[in-house]
Amino acid sequence: MVTIRNLHKSFDGQWVLRGVNLEVAQGEILVVIGRSGEGKSVLLKHLMGLLKPDQGQVIIDGVEITRLRGEALDRVRERSGVVFQGGALFDSLTVYENVAFPLREKTRLPEMAIREKCLSLLKQVGLAGMDHKFPAEVSGGMKKRVALARVLTMEPEIVLFDEPTTGLDPIMVNAIHRLILDLHRRVGYTAIMVSHEIPEIFGIADRVAMLHKGVVVEEGPPEVIQSSTNPVVRQFISGDPEGPIQPD
Amino acid sequence: MGLVRLLGGWFLRFLRDGGRMVIFLSSALLWMFRPPLKWRRMIGRIHFIGAKSLSVIVLTGAFTGMVLGLQVFHTLRKFGSEGFLGSVVALSLIRELGPVLCALMVTGRAGSALTAEIGIMRITEQIDALTVMALNPMRYLVVPTILAGLIAFPLLTAIFDLVGIYGGYLVGVKLLGVAGGTYFGEMQTYVDFEDITQGILKSLSFGLLMTWVCCYKGFHAEYGAEGVSRATTEAVVMSSVLILVWDYFLGSVLL
Repeated sequence: MVTIRNLHKSFDGQWVLRGVNLEVAQGEILVVIGRSGEGKSVLLKHLMGLLKPDQGQVIIDGVEITRLRGEALDRVRERSGVVFQGGALFDSLTVYENVAFPLREKTRLPEMAIREKCLSLLKQVGLAGMDHKFPAEVSGGMKKRVALARVLTMEPEIVLFDEPTTGLDPIMVNAIHRLILDLHRRVGYTAIMVSHEIPEIFGIADRVAMLHKGVVVEEGPPEVIQSSTNPVVRQFISGDPEGPIQPD
Repeated sequence: MGLVRLLGGWFLRFLRDGGRMVIFLSSALLWMFRPPLKWRRMIGRIHFIGAKSLSVIVLTGAFTGMVLGLQVFHTLRKFGSEGFLGSVVALSLIRELGPVLCALMVTGRAGSALTAEIGIMRITEQIDALTVMALNPMRYLVVPTILAGLIAFPLLTAIFDLVGIYGGYLVGVKLLGVAGGTYFGEMQTYVDFEDITQGILKSLSFGLLMTWVCCYKGFHAEYGAEGVSRATTEAVVMSSVLILVWDYFLGSVLL
């Protein structure tokens, strides 16, 4: 469903991606792991069409999106959703208005139907009764769940998660992961997630890819990654400060 | 060689930033004519730029008119021409001081807040969220703001002028003894419709300038609180300088 071919990207002469190759099948959950600053978010931004690569291709359902602009790119975007790291909720709108926003702007559904759908989604993400609150009044975990509900209103085929559990306590990390997995089983979206949560992500991923120095150094099912002999992967998973990856 | 490189780098940056600003404005103007217009957002922006600036505009308008009345009265008295006080105050306000001072005040009050708001939306990825929802941020954020500026600035300027004229009346007529009939009578004689249209034209262009610069700076704010703070300062300084420079050019063309 998603193919990334030989993706290169540099900023001010500094290479961030040096030839990333990845394949994501329909309905799969792929988790991209790697150290901070290794280009995981940059990779996601290419999938959203927010960045143009220096070289390489991003193909979604046979459509090469890196060359698309305007309405053609919007048509691809309409089939996907993004859960941003901080939630990216509109802070002048309530939780309910945030979730209803895409439906109000992109569809002609009557307000009653929008309300029904949004309240049902808020209930599914465990936020029933929080609809009148503003983003500033809810916790970090709640914000991420609101962001997930907002994404799901448009029933996307692909959902991109940019570190959806960063900054949350371990209980909330597991709760969010369980929610992503539950909704994935119910809705059936293809998910590409960037995360640091080791070992929690091994419980939800179908496949894991490790990004290091701008390339994918290893990819495969969680058990393959966990038993990898690649010293970079082993050090990252164990969190050992000694090894080929040097702390900054 | 070092100096040439420095100047060259400065000139290239100027060209690049200027070009980006022009492309930003062109894109906003194109989206302005692509329905649907976000009426609700535009009314919210008119309230924010216009209604919320009313008190500061009334206050500065009144004191500008009063100072003008005082200074002009004493100058005219030297020539025995106090009777022209009303026309001088009105012409100064309508043609020059009203549009410029009003624009500077609104830039300080609303322009800085606009840049900060859009800048925070940028650094918290709210603008990216709009983009990935296939909702163009130009249509949602910039077009309603520019249209609101075009509507609010002439109205605020008209209020500034009116309050200023009555401020001048208060000082000139009530405190310094100029005849009330002369104050308004001379004003009617010397203020033409052309003077009023010139004032409106200026306030329209200042409305466009302020909203354009403030939206652009907010849109391109760099990360962190410092980035937003820098964008806000740059927006207010650049808007204010451009308003004064453009006022001179427009004045020299229109006179």
